[in-house]
Amino acid sequence: MGELRLMKGNEAIAEAAIRAGCDGYFGYPITPQSEVMEYLMVERPYETTGMVVLQAESEVAAINMLYGGAGTGKMVLTSSSSPGVSLMQEGISYMAGAELPALIVNIVRGGPGLGTIQPSQADYFQAVKGGGHGDYHMIVYAPASVQEMADFVQIGFDVAFKYRTPVMILSDGAIGQMMEKVYLADPVPRLTEKEVIARCPWASNGRPMSRQHNIITSLDLDPAGQERLNLVLQEKYRKIEESEVMFETIDCEDADYILVAFGLSARICQKAMNLARQKGIKVGLFRPITLFPFPKKEIHELAKRVKGMLVVEMNAGQMIEDVQLAVGCDIPIKHYGRFGGIIPTPDEVVKALEETIIGG
Amino acid sequence: MTEEIIIAGFGGQGVLSMGKILAYSGVMQDQEVSWMPSYGPEMRGGTANVTVIVSDERISSPILNKYDTAIILNQQSMDKFENAVKPGGLLIYDPNGITRHPKRKDISIYSIAAADEAAKIGLSKVFNMMVLGGFLKLKPIVKMENIRKGLEKSLPSRHHKLIPENEKAIVIGQDLIQPVHVL
Repeated sequence: MGELRLMKGNEAIAEAAIRAGCDGYFGYPITPQSEVMEYLMVERPYETTGMVVLQAESEVAAINMLYGGAGTGKMVLTSSSSPGVSLMQEGISYMAGAELPALIVNIVRGGPGLGTIQPSQADYFQAVKGGGHGDYHMIVYAPASVQEMADFVQIGFDVAFKYRTPVMILSDGAIGQMMEKVYLADPVPRLTEKEVIARCPWASNGRPMSRQHNIITSLDLDPAGQERLNLVLQEKYRKIEESEVMFETIDCEDADYILVAFGLSARICQKAMNLARQKGIKVGLFRPITLFPFPKKEIHELAKRVKGMLVVEMNAGQMIEDVQLAVGCDIPIKHYGRFGGIIPTPDEVVKALEETIIGG
Repeated sequence: MTEEIIIAGFGGQGVLSMGKILAYSGVMQDQEVSWMPSYGPEMRGGTANVTVIVSDERISSPILNKYDTAIILNQQSMDKFENAVKPGGLLIYDPNGITRHPKRKDISIYSIAAADEAAKIGLSKVFNMMVLGGFLKLKPIVKMENIRKGLEKSLPSRHHKLIPENEKAIVIGQDLIQPVHVL
C-alpha cells in the first residue's frame, strides 16, 4: 500500500516524482503551485537519487529545458500555473511535433490574463484542445484528490513514454494547496544510461558507431514528410482514445439526472449529489478522469438512461462542449459554473440542477 | 462520523497549524481527513481560515459553506462564519477583541478566553492548542494519544521539545471553555 503521509497536492506531485525515478524538474515559481519546487529544494533529491532540480529564468526556458531533457530520453517534469502554462504553449507544441515524452503540471488559477491566484478550471480548452499551434493533443489527467495527484505522476510518465507524447496533469489551486492522506508508492531507482537507451532507441544521447544519428525535431520543410508525421500523430491519438480513457461513476445506476464534473468540481458535486438524494432527487455523478481522451462512449451510453445532465465547472462552459458532442441532442444538457477563482458550493449546484434541468 | 469544522482568525494565531494537528490526529486513528486552507489574497490581508473535515468515510467536497463546528478567533471571522454553522451545530469563540457577540439561538455557543489566559501564564505560543483543547472537551473526535502522535508528525523534530507544553495547553483549554448558550 505504500507509505502514508498527510500532504498538500503540490507536495504530493513533487514527492511522487522523486519516487517515480524522475530525472529532472525544471520550473519557475508561480502561485498556487510554488510548493512543488519548494518541496524539491527542501528534499534535495539531487543529493540522493541524482534528480536535477533547476529554477529556470522563465517558463519559456523551463519548457525548453524539458524539451532538451526529453530529447535525451530522460524523465522530465515541469509545473506551473495558468499564465506560466500559457508561456509554455510553443514548447509543448514543439514537443508534440518532435514526439517527446514529458510531464507538465498545470495548477490552474483564475484567468484570463494574470487573473487571480484562486482555483479555477478555465484552462480546460487550452489543455484539451491543443493550446499551442498545430494538430496535436496531450493526454490530460484531472486529479480530484491529493492521492490522485501522486498517482498520476507515475501513470503520466508511463503513458508519456508509451506513446512518446507530452502528458498534462490539469489540477487547480485548491487541490494543490489542500492536505489529504496519501499513500506513496515505494521509490524506484532512476534508469541507468543503458536502460534509457533500451527504452528510448529514438533518443539523442550520444551516437555509437552502430547506428545512424537520431534527430529530435518538429521541423520538416517537405510538406509530404510533415503530412506523414501528422498521420503518425493522428494514429497515435486514435490509439490513445481506444486504450487510455479513465472515468469514475458514482450512484449512476438508478439515477434520473447526472452531474458531470472533473477535478475539484467533481468533489463538490459528490456532496451536491448527497444533498439532492436527501431531497429525494435521484442524482448520479460522472467524473471524466482523462479529459483527453474524453470518455465519449461511456457518457453517450449513460445519456440513454437519464433525463438530463448538469455539467459543473469552474469556468464559463468548456467541458460541456465535449459532453454535448458525445451525447447529441436527445436530453437537456445544461451548465453551471463560477469563474475567476470562485468555487461553486454544493447548495448552488443543487439549486442549478433544480432550476435548469428538473424545472427547466 | 463526519465532523466539518471551520477554524478562522488572524494570521499568526496558529489557525492553520491547529487544523493541521487536528487533521494529523485523524490520520493517526485511521480516519479520512482533509485540510483546506485559505490562501492568497485573504491570507495576505491578515485573516486566515482552514476547513478541516474528519470522517469515517471518503470525503466528498473539501470546500463547504455550512459547518458542524466553527472555531472563531476574531471579529471578521465572526461576521463571516456565525451564519455558516449548521442548525444544531457548535460555535466556539475567544471573546478577546470581539465586539459583536454571536446571537444565534439554534446552535450551541461556547466561549474560551484562551488569549487572555495564554498571556497571563506566559504560554502565548500555544494559545491555539488551548482552543483546540476546549473544542475537544465538547467534541472528543480524536484521542489524546493520537494528538500527541499528530504533534510529533506535524512539528519539525527540532520543535519536539515543545510537545509537553502543547499538551499542557490542551488540558488548560478543557478547563477554560464556558457555555454561553447551550441547546
